[in-house]
Amino acid sequence: MSRIVISTGNELAAKAAVDAGARFFGGYPITPSSEVMHESSDLLPAVGGVAIQMEDEIGGISAALGASMTGTKSFTATSGPGISLKAEQIGLGFIAEIPLVIINVMRGGPSTGLPTRVSQADIGQAKYPTHGDYASITLCAGSLTECYTQTVRAFNLAEKYMTPVFMLLDETIGHMHGKAELPDLEEVEASIVNRAKFEGDPADYRPYDVPMNEPAVLNPMFEGYRYHVTGLHHGPTGFPTEDAEQCEFNIERLTGKINTVAAEKDGLDDLPDYEEVLMDDAEVCIIAYGSIALGAFEAVQKLRAEGIKAGLFRPIMMWPSPEKRIHEIGERFGDKIMVTELNMGQYSTEIERIVRHNDFTRLLKANGRPIAPAEMVAKVKEMM
Amino acid sequence: MAFNYEKYLRIDKMPTLWCWGCGDGVILKSTIRAIEKMGWDMDKVCVVSGIGCSGRFSSYINCNTVHTTHGRTVAYATGIKLAKPEAHVIVVAGDGDGLAIGGNHTIHGCRRNIDLNFILINNFIYGLTNSQTSPTTPQGMWTVSQKNGNIDPTFDACALAIGAGASFVARETMLDPKKLEKILVKGFSHKGFSFFDIMSNCHINLGRKNKMANAIENLNWIDSITTPLRKWEQLSDEEKMNVFPTGVLKEVDAPEYCESYAQIQAAAQGKRAKLTQDDFEKKI
Repeated sequence: MSRIVISTGNELAAKAAVDAGARFFGGYPITPSSEVMHESSDLLPAVGGVAIQMEDEIGGISAALGASMTGTKSFTATSGPGISLKAEQIGLGFIAEIPLVIINVMRGGPSTGLPTRVSQADIGQAKYPTHGDYASITLCAGSLTECYTQTVRAFNLAEKYMTPVFMLLDETIGHMHGKAELPDLEEVEASIVNRAKFEGDPADYRPYDVPMNEPAVLNPMFEGYRYHVTGLHHGPTGFPTEDAEQCEFNIERLTGKINTVAAEKDGLDDLPDYEEVLMDDAEVCIIAYGSIALGAFEAVQKLRAEGIKAGLFRPIMMWPSPEKRIHEIGERFGDKIMVTELNMGQYSTEIERIVRHNDFTRLLKANGRPIAPAEMVAKVKEMM
Repeated sequence: MAFNYEKYLRIDKMPTLWCWGCGDGVILKSTIRAIEKMGWDMDKVCVVSGIGCSGRFSSYINCNTVHTTHGRTVAYATGIKLAKPEAHVIVVAGDGDGLAIGGNHTIHGCRRNIDLNFILINNFIYGLTNSQTSPTTPQGMWTVSQKNGNIDPTFDACALAIGAGASFVARETMLDPKKLEKILVKGFSHKGFSFFDIMSNCHINLGRKNKMANAIENLNWIDSITTPLRKWEQLSDEEKMNVFPTGVLKEVDAPEYCESYAQIQAAAQGKRAKLTQDDFEKKI
């Protein structure tokens, strides 16, 4: 069973957050993500939650992180300039292991850039949004339905891995208005992940005393388990330390709990990290994500109508990337790969790293305009 | 009966990182004594601090504690309080933390009149990072970032809080811990944003190069620039320029933010009509 709704990507992301159990939103107006806040300000108080427009971007994420420390699932939404402003707090989320969903509806940059126009140039920023060493989890919605389903997933991953998670939309998909098929609420509720809790004697509680590659166990505040949360390197009970061995362990654990786990288990959860369309007999592979993948899908069909067996590989889990599959694609297609994205090649660089060559084709655009299927078709024809 | 320090302090974290003679310890002691007077359950208390010497304040109190980033204390605390309005939230920030890098959050915390207890430890300098100019460093004093004398005009922290809309504003110094404790109890009891400008010493990093290299000289200087509000009011305008009034400077009843938000929740749940201007006494 499923639900059919007519909505926009931004509104669906807000709806998903509430359905995933989020009860706190902290944010600041910014194009093209503001509708996430608008919708939240209506949906959250209706379920006893809070949506607050703070005085600035930093205040928005800080309030959301504070709320999350109380055990309240929280999120913020912004666009590139907002992520730049929130960067330091994202780092506190990483090191103190505070779950948070950060929705970034991408627009053209750098700086104020192209506020009302589409871009995918925050892919690199989502991997390394702040100083220091950590590993980022980043999902990217490729349809209206995914604005909902992947946002639910983002909350589950945040709680499971005790970390900020990026949910990437882009201006096109955020503002796209149309029909979306959503899973039933019961199905969504059955999938919900809540953060682990320590149930023993408070005197024995050591929130950060966890094995390598496992997330911290942070009980909600005010429930009798007192500990210290800090952005400094810290030991088992959360108190600051400069002990070299401890700091090394912290960093290895913070990166390993995501990157090592994803590599060893081939993903961070049981959901697909990518989608493949008409890949079985494909002779050329287009790699695209986000709203650009919608155009790429059309291009694949047009190419096939002209006798060129094209397929589409669309990553959903951008970071950590579906490395194993991309490697297989590299082996299979060689130079018959075209990566197309709305930036100067940020994800192409990741593809290049994984396939270990630079012989594939890039179709890039960074002027705030989408890439038309016809442009993709023409580029693929040049390759053949 | 002897005061039960173990109930309120993390004794295993002692001694503190603060310098000998630092006022932070006095303020810490007055704070926990005020908490005791309030009878708060420490499981329901949260202390949020930022960066600077004052940032370590949170780690010494035995409750739910958060050591946030530089300047963002009020914003984090706003999220905590809105998510759990029944909690008692104390925010501790220095003059650099709360008035410079975090000035915007301080202003808007006051404006919302959210029920936070904001303790500004005002020692007139960036102490932890070795004597840079803060928004309260007096003009003409030496700082490591203005070695030829500070020219920046100073903030009157309480005037700022009053103007921004905090419903309880008080100034005290660490010279009289009992008086400080009393004023903290008064503010903690107040519903709304309680702003405390607590003047403290930093003889190490403010005093050393400004002719008050030992704690006593620094404390005497604080004494010389403060006077109780009632006496201050008798001063001439010229005298007032160089003396800060102490005591409760503002105490009014005003709608508290979490309570107002509960009205929004009620409206969204159809339990009351949407809010309009008629719901507010103040229309503009």
